[in-house]
Formats: sequence, C-alpha cells, structure tokens
Amino acid sequence: MAANSVGKQTVKLNNTPSVIATASIVGPKEGQGPLGQYFDKVLDDDLYGEKSWEKAEAKFFQEAVEKVIVKGHRDKQEINYLLGGDLLNQLISSDFAARQLGIPFFGLYGACSTMSEAMALGAMLVDGGYADSIVCAASSHFSTAERQYRFPLELGVQRPPTAHWTVTGAGAALVSNQGEGPYITTVTVGKIVDMGIKDSNDMGSAMAPAAADTIVTHFMDTGLTPDDYDLIVTGDLGRYGKDITDELVKKAGYDISAKHFDCGVEIFSPSQDPHAGGSGCGCSACVLSAYLIPHMWDGTYNSMLFLATGALLSPTSSQQGESIPGIAHAVSIHRTK
Amino acid sequence: MDAVKQHQQEEYQQFIKDKIPKPNLLRNAVAAFVVGGLICDVGQFISNFGQSYFNLNKDDTSAFTAIVLVFLGALLTGLGIYDQIGRFAGAGSVVPITGFANSIVSPAMEFKREGYVLGVGAKMFIIAGPVLVYGFSSSVALGILYLLFSI
Repeated sequence: MAANSVGKQTVKLNNTPSVIATASIVGPKEGQGPLGQYFDKVLDDDLYGEKSWEKAEAKFFQEAVEKVIVKGHRDKQEINYLLGGDLLNQLISSDFAARQLGIPFFGLYGACSTMSEAMALGAMLVDGGYADSIVCAASSHFSTAERQYRFPLELGVQRPPTAHWTVTGAGAALVSNQGEGPYITTVTVGKIVDMGIKDSNDMGSAMAPAAADTIVTHFMDTGLTPDDYDLIVTGDLGRYGKDITDELVKKAGYDISAKHFDCGVEIFSPSQDPHAGGSGCGCSACVLSAYLIPHMWDGTYNSMLFLATGALLSPTSSQQGESIPGIAHAVSIHRTK
Repeated sequence: MDAVKQHQQEEYQQFIKDKIPKPNLLRNAVAAFVVGGLICDVGQFISNFGQSYFNLNKDDTSAFTAIVLVFLGALLTGLGIYDQIGRFAGAGSVVPITGFANSIVSPAMEFKREGYVLGVGAKMFIIAGPVLVYGFSSSVALGILYLLFSI
C-alpha cells in the first residue's frame, strides 16, 4: 500500500496544503439568489459583453482565475498549475481561458464533480512537493449547457420537477503549501456508481448513490464519523437527490442529515423556479469559493467534507439508451491542522 | 451485466420511486387544455376574419389562418414570450401550429452564432425535423392506401 494511503480509496495529506484565496463570479439569477451577497462579482448580463455564451463563459472563467491569484497575493508566474474544467465538449471554456492565462494547465472533465476533482488532484500535487501554488477552477453557464445537453432556450417546453437549473458562474480556489488554512487533510477519490437511472431530467437520483458511496467509504477509510465534521457538503444533488443520499448513508450506519449542505439546494430560492435546484460545475465551485471557505476563515465552520457530484452523461449516450454514471470525490477541509 | 448488479439497480429504482415527485398531471392537463383552446380560438377568429373581410374560400382560409398563426408563433418566440407560455402550458402550446413555428424559430435563433450555413441552416429543423419526416412519410403511406381502396 502506498505510504499515504488510508483504507481503500483515501489518501492522507501529511503536509496539509492550505486554501489561501477564493474567487467567484456568477450570473444575474444566481446574484438574486439567497447567496447573492457573497459572490465577488455578479454579472448584469449573462452574455458579459461577448458575442456568444461560450465566449462569455470562457471570459468569466479566466476572470475568476485572475481574481483568485490577485486575492492570494501571487503573481501569475508563481502558479505552477491550473486545474479546471467545465461542462462543454472538449472543455472549451477552460481551454480558452487557459489559452489567455498562460499557466500550465490540466483540463479535467468530471461533469459537475469537477471542482472536487480539481481540489483533490491539486492538493495531492502540492502535498507531494510537485507544486508550490496551484489554482483549481470550474465553470458552467446555463445557456451553454442547455444548448449542448437539452433544447434551444426559446423552445417552449415544460421541465419536470426533478430537473435542475444549470448555474451560470465560475469559482476558483488557490491552494498553496504555505498558508494559514483552512487545510486540505484527506482526499477520497470516488468510483463510478451507476444504478441504471436513464432520465437525464433526474440527475439527483443518478448521482445520489455515488455520493453516498464516497461518503460512506470516506468514513470507513478514515474512521471518522459525521460528528467529526461541521458540514457535509455535496455539489448539486438537488432537493430529492439530497434526501435519497441521506437515506442511503443512513442505511450504511451514518446519519448526515443534520449536517448535509447541498450547494444546488442553497444557491437558488424555491421562488426562482429552479425545480430540484442548481447544478453544473459552477454550482459547487461558486458556493465553495464564495460562501463555504470564507466561512471557515471567519470561524463559522471548523471542518467540512466537500464532495462535488457529477452525472457523467452525454446527449449521445442518453439517446443511445445508456444509463447515467454518477461520481463524487471528497476532500476534507479543516480550519486548523 | 451480472445478476447481483441488476438486482441492486432494480432495488434502488424501487427505493426511489416514491421519493421522486411526479409532475402534476391534472394541473398540466388543465393548463394545456385552456391555453391550447385559446390558441384555437385565436385561429378561429383569424379564420372568420379572413372569410368575412377578404371573402376567402375554404382552402384559402385554411392557408391564411396557418400563415398568420405561424407568424404569431415565430414573433412570440423572437420576443422571448413563447417559451414562457410553453413552460406553463406544456403540450397546449406545443401541439398547435404556433408550437411548430416555435420549434423552428428557436433553434434558428440559438444557432445563429455558428453561422448561417452550419448554424441556422443545419440546425433549424433539429426539433421539427422528425415531425416533418414522419409527417411526410405517413402522408405518403396514407396516399397509397387511399389510391388502393378508393378506386
């Protein structure tokens, strides 16, 4: 077994990389939501002065990365790697942002789990001494995701109650081997769990088993319990997926329901008509950057398990009748070492 | 797929069955009925208007009504109103010919940024295409049957 392995799927980060800065940019609807006041920047227009939504998404991805570097008092040249991704084919938003940024770049696709995938890999790079400072970032855009995964925006269709609303926004976090915390202490890499859900309008049910599997594996590997965390944060399970996850985890003997915070549920209020809740890589990335990490700096939370969840479907796979594979990676973040 | 995995999947799908909200069928049906009915009323009004003011015959009245309704569907799509009607009415605004206009204009608007040939031209019938293909095919089939049995 590798020296830093703990149990089946978890590694311990002995040098405890620190999250030293975060930045977030969101669209107008997210700005009007319950967390609106926490974001660094709220766009007036989701086209952001560009000719297409894809260009707008690349622009705010880039801006979020630049912002986090400034907030972390670093120079672009000091960032060893940028790890990031988005929902679009061939990761065009993050690729095109990275083209402008000139930072060595790992493009990651984990659907909506991208932010925790980036944090997990980034923290391991820093911990292993392969980088001093890295930036993890993820973005999504309602309009770019809709046209790729679903229908044209102006098509008059009804959405079922289990459908999600893709978040327009980008979040970025700067992780460094020097810093005052919060610290990334362990990483649990999830495996793909597919329970045969085929409805692309019900991603909560598709992702819940993957989330539950990673949460339970994390507790079993580390010997920790839900009591050891102030929050168990999931990415975008939505209202129904969140409850299903709680029940699945309960069946395995852990009760997380009192501490379970789902970014997709929290980012929009029910009056904004998001149905099951927000989704997209940007959802967990923005909420982590704008709300969760800053609340660790101010002492509101001392510890959390951050676990973004992804539904790894494509329009092609759905049309060919494939079920939706789910994935979730967990990183545990503590205010003190 | 092995049997254990299949069993787990079935068990899970059973487990979530009552946890997933169902769409409110009664509300949706009523909304579809009312809005669809109103669109038909507008159509009837246009039809009566064409007959009495322009003295159109039966065939011309149908064409006139279809043209005006398609125009209205396209206009409301362009103004960003038709998708809101659709969110409320569901099938009530999809089935009438205004919905057909919506299904062609919305991708045309959406894909304009990819250019007029590979964007608008190629993607315009992405939603309406199947309707046209199977509509034309079934009309041909019906025509053959008509030819065979009515002579």
